[in-house]
Amino acid sequence: MSEAIIRLVDVNKWYGQFHVLRNINLDVAPSERIVICGPSGSGKSTMIRCINRLEEHQSGRIIVDGVELTNDLKQVEAIRRDVGMVFQHFNLFPHLTVLENLTLGPVWVLKKSKAEAEATAMKYLERVRIPEQALKYPGQLSGGQQQRVAIARSLCMNPKIMLFDEPTSALDPEMVKEVLDVMVGLAEESGMTMLCVTHEMGFARKVADRVIFMDQGEIIEENVPDAFFDNPQNDRTKLFLSQILH
Amino acid sequence: MARISTAPDGPPSSHVGAWAWMRASLFSSPLNTLLTVLVLWLLLMAVPALFEWLFIRADFNASNAQECRESGGACWAFIVEKHRLILFGVYPYDEQWRPLLATIILIGVIVCSCMRRFWKPYLGLIWLAALTAVAILMWGGVFGLSHVENDRWGGLPLTLILATFGIAFAFPLGLLLALGRRSDMPAVKALCVVYIELIRGVPLISLLFMSSVMLPLFLPEGFSIDKLLRAQIAIILFAAAYIAETVRGGLQSIPRGQYEGAESLGLSYWQQMRKIILPQALKVVIPPLVGIFISLFKDTSLVVIIGIFDLTQAAKTAVADAAWRGFSTEAYLFIAFIYFIFCFSISRYSQSLERQLQTGYQR
Repeated sequence: MSEAIIRLVDVNKWYGQFHVLRNINLDVAPSERIVICGPSGSGKSTMIRCINRLEEHQSGRIIVDGVELTNDLKQVEAIRRDVGMVFQHFNLFPHLTVLENLTLGPVWVLKKSKAEAEATAMKYLERVRIPEQALKYPGQLSGGQQQRVAIARSLCMNPKIMLFDEPTSALDPEMVKEVLDVMVGLAEESGMTMLCVTHEMGFARKVADRVIFMDQGEIIEENVPDAFFDNPQNDRTKLFLSQILH
Repeated sequence: MARISTAPDGPPSSHVGAWAWMRASLFSSPLNTLLTVLVLWLLLMAVPALFEWLFIRADFNASNAQECRESGGACWAFIVEKHRLILFGVYPYDEQWRPLLATIILIGVIVCSCMRRFWKPYLGLIWLAALTAVAILMWGGVFGLSHVENDRWGGLPLTLILATFGIAFAFPLGLLLALGRRSDMPAVKALCVVYIELIRGVPLISLLFMSSVMLPLFLPEGFSIDKLLRAQIAIILFAAAYIAETVRGGLQSIPRGQYEGAESLGLSYWQQMRKIILPQALKVVIPPLVGIFISLFKDTSLVVIIGIFDLTQAAKTAVADAAWRGFSTEAYLFIAFIYFIFCFSISRYSQSLERQLQTGYQR
C-alpha cells in the first residue's frame, strides 16, 4: 500500500464533557473508497468533519496529503482546497445561481478566469446530468437536483479527496437513487479518494473498498464490504446491521 | 382501471361585488358598523376643512403678511417669499445657484446608486467626481467661485450632505462593528461590544453636545475641527452602533451550513463574508436597515441645537421674521413635506429592492 493520503493518529475530541471521538486511528490510501456507518451520535460525521477542520480535534494528529492540521489558517485553507465536501443539507448558496455556485470557488480560491471556471462548471453539470438548470437559483430545484449541484460544486475545485456527510439522508426517497448514481459514477470513473458517511448499504457493497463501523466515538470494526455485511464480527455491528437491513 | 378525472380547470372565481365587499369588510358586525360610521364622520369633518384651508382659501401671491392673514387660508405667499431662505439658509443670496446645483448633483448620484445597472466598479468614480463637484460648488475659492465658509451653508443641501455622508460612512463602520462583535478574537469583540453599548446608551442630542462642547477640550492646543465636521462625525458614530446591531441580527439568521459550505470551498474569512454571508444577511435586514437610514435622515434636524443651519433651523429663522409673523404652520408643513418626500422615496425604494433580490428561496 502506498503512502496514506489521510492519516488519523489517536484522535480524540470532546463536546464539553461528552467524548465524541475516542482514539481514532485511520489510514486512507490514495484512491481508496471508504464507507462509514454507525448509529446516530456515534461520531462518524464529526470524524470526517475533522478532516477538513470544520471541527477541531483536541488531541492526536490528523495529516491530510502530507500536511498536518493545526491552527495555522493558511494550511487549513490549503487543505480545504484539496478536499471537497458534500453535506446532508446541501449548503448551496441560495442567493447565487447554480452556475455562480459552481464558479465561486474556482474564481476566488483557485484564481481561474471566469470563462474557464464556467466551462469547467458546465462540464460537471453535464456529468451530474443537470446542465439545463445552470441559470436557476437553488431554491427552484428539487432536493435531488440540489445535491447533485452540490457534488458538482465540489468537483469544480478538482479535489483529491471527497467527503460525503450523509448525502442522501435529507432527500425524499424517490430522489436518493439519482444522487447515488452520480456518486457511483464518480467512484468508478475518477481516481478520487472518497470517504462517505451513509446508511445506503447497497451503495457500500457496490463501490466501497472498505466499510468502517463506528459506535460511541470508536471505530469498532472495519472490513471489505462483503465480509462486513455477510460476516460481522462484533455484537454491536450485528445489532446495527439487523436494525437497518429489515 | 384508470380513473377519469373531471376536476375543474381553474380555481373558482374570487370576484365579489362592491356591495358584498362592503358588507364583509365595513359592516360585518355592529361594532364594525359603528367604527365605519365614526371614521366616515371624522373624515367628513376634517378633509373638506383641510382642503379649503390648504388650497381654496389659500393665498399664493399676497405681497405682505396683512393681506395674507385676511384671506383666512394657508399663506403660501409666505413660502414663496421665504423659500430661498428655507432651502439654502444664509448662503450668499447671489450665489445660491451653487447649493441648488450641488443638491441636484447629490440627488442625481443617489438616484443612480439606487439603480442596479449602475452597480459597477465605476460607481465609486462617479461618487468621487460628484462629491468633488459638490465640495467645489459649496466652498468655492477656485474657478472664479467666491469662497463661502461652511458656517454659512444651510438648508436642504446641508441636510442632504449630513444624511448622505452619515449613511455612507455609518454603514461600512456598522458592518465592521457587527462582524467584530461576532469575532473569535476577544480584544476585537470586547472593543466592539463596549463601543456599541456605550453609543446606544447615549441620546444623539448629548453626542452632538459632546462633539461641539467637549471634544475641543480634549484636542491639543491650536487644533480644531470644524463644527459641521464634528456634528457629522457624531451622527456617523451614532448611526453605526444601531446599524451594527441590526446587521448582527441578520448575520445570526444565516444558518451554520452556509459558513461550512463556504469554508469547505477554501474561501478565506473575508471572501466568505463578502460573497456568501453578508449578501444574504443584508437582504434579511433591509427593512430595519432602511428604518435606521430614514431616522438618520430625520435626526439630522437635531443639529439645530448646536447652531448648524439645516433645513429645520432655516425654517425656524424664516418664521422669526417680524414682517411675516404667525406663519409657522405653513413653514413647518413645507419642510415636513420635503422630509416626507425623501423618507417616502427611501421607503418605496427599499420595497422594490427587496422584490428585486428575491431568488425564490423560501425557508
